[in-house]
Amino acid sequence: MTSTSSNSGSMRVNRGLAEMLKGGVIMDVVTPGQAKIAEDAGACAVMALERVPADIRRDGGVARMSDVEMIEGIQASVSIPVMAKVRIGHFVEAQILQSLGVDFIDESEVLTPADEAHHIDKFNFTVPFVCGATNLGEALRRISEGACMIRSKGEAGTGNIVEAVRHLRSIIGDIRRITQADSAELFDWAKKLQAPLPLVQEVAELGWLPVPMFCAGGIATPADAALAMQLGAEAVFVGSGIFKSDDPAPRARAIVEATTHFRDASILAKVSRGLGAPMTGIAMDEINQRYAERGW
Amino acid sequence: MPIVGVLALQGAFHAHVKALSQLNVEVREVRLPHDLDGVDGVVLPGGESTTMSQLLLSSGVFDVLTQRIADGLPTMGTCAGLILLAERVLDARPDQVSCSVLDVTVRRNGYGRQINSFETDIAVTGLETPFTAVFIRAPIIEEVGSGVEILAVHNGVPVAVASQNVLAASFHPELTSDVRLHELFLHMISSASTVR
Repeated sequence: MTSTSSNSGSMRVNRGLAEMLKGGVIMDVVTPGQAKIAEDAGACAVMALERVPADIRRDGGVARMSDVEMIEGIQASVSIPVMAKVRIGHFVEAQILQSLGVDFIDESEVLTPADEAHHIDKFNFTVPFVCGATNLGEALRRISEGACMIRSKGEAGTGNIVEAVRHLRSIIGDIRRITQADSAELFDWAKKLQAPLPLVQEVAELGWLPVPMFCAGGIATPADAALAMQLGAEAVFVGSGIFKSDDPAPRARAIVEATTHFRDASILAKVSRGLGAPMTGIAMDEINQRYAERGW
Repeated sequence: MPIVGVLALQGAFHAHVKALSQLNVEVREVRLPHDLDGVDGVVLPGGESTTMSQLLLSSGVFDVLTQRIADGLPTMGTCAGLILLAERVLDARPDQVSCSVLDVTVRRNGYGRQINSFETDIAVTGLETPFTAVFIRAPIIEEVGSGVEILAVHNGVPVAVASQNVLAASFHPELTSDVRLHELFLHMISSASTVR
């Protein structure tokens, strides 16, 4: 009947929210209406942003944190967690989002970086952060800065899963190799990965990252979501893939089903039927700006 | 060895699987109705109750699960799992389903957004030392029916409750390494099988 210390923003509380999102689909939305469609379709969270990555790519210019009013509108329209993006290193955008009560902040390479050397010191915040990574070293550097969730960067706005697959395979492959390493070799791994030794040792012991790892960047179909899950991702982010397709609501629903039943090919076949055209997508040799190269 | 099913449609099911795996039971992930065949108990994990509600319906698990719990299957629910068991849910989506097997009223996200999430040590009936309870965008229990026992209270509000075959908490025992609440649940399973 007694209560002792109360600890908001602790590692366990914030990694815990990431844990709650596992097996789910986090959908990019740009309006309260889209947020409702996402929630209706079974999204476990929405990412509020001004333009989906495909449009950011098309429009060019500087991409920043979304308009505060737009974020508030989305928060008011759904009861599931609301995430929002800040520019890499832009800790003031993060302070603003925290004051709005956003549930998770994505320090995202999809927006134009604000700092060419430093990511945000995420330990200074109560709200949890997710960061993108292309390889294990990058993932561990983000975790060392306080990220509570890692996602593959993939190549946002392309509808092309190839980069996300590369990133997942790179991260998970190196985790597997580290679990085989002896204690002396872990020093070398830390050096090679440019990551803190204690985190490398933790990965060796856990056989996994100390935080959940999700897939993002290029998911356009239920099969893409299931591919990410079978490769080892623990949940998926879908950006442009839903609202840039012909018929967003059924596609959103199908991706939710595919993420849950990711090993069941007969269910995957069933939910993949009659969804209309997916977003067109872009091959990697057709793009001139790789967002995945942003971040350090 | 008892078989415990863990609803694995969405959410923190893996954390429950991990906790239960330390406790001499066979653990089975439940995604389809036939996964419930032969289970001696079932766990409804934390996650998003709106998402799980939809997947419960589309998978066909909902009807089978509700019937099994109504027939006395020992059941543990944490956070969203509590919502899915409650007879009355406030601030839910209108199309959201509940197994409606626990006589409580809960309000979704009653403790607020993630910046209000917290952890704290609480006393739990039947446990000798305090339990670290992790609350994440937790539902708040607003009313408890007469047949429901309150196992733990935080700031005057019930946070863990039990009825005949249902154990539920608004916090997340699966997020700590402390498996004592899972052990309480296993006692529930073993006494249920003795009665049968």
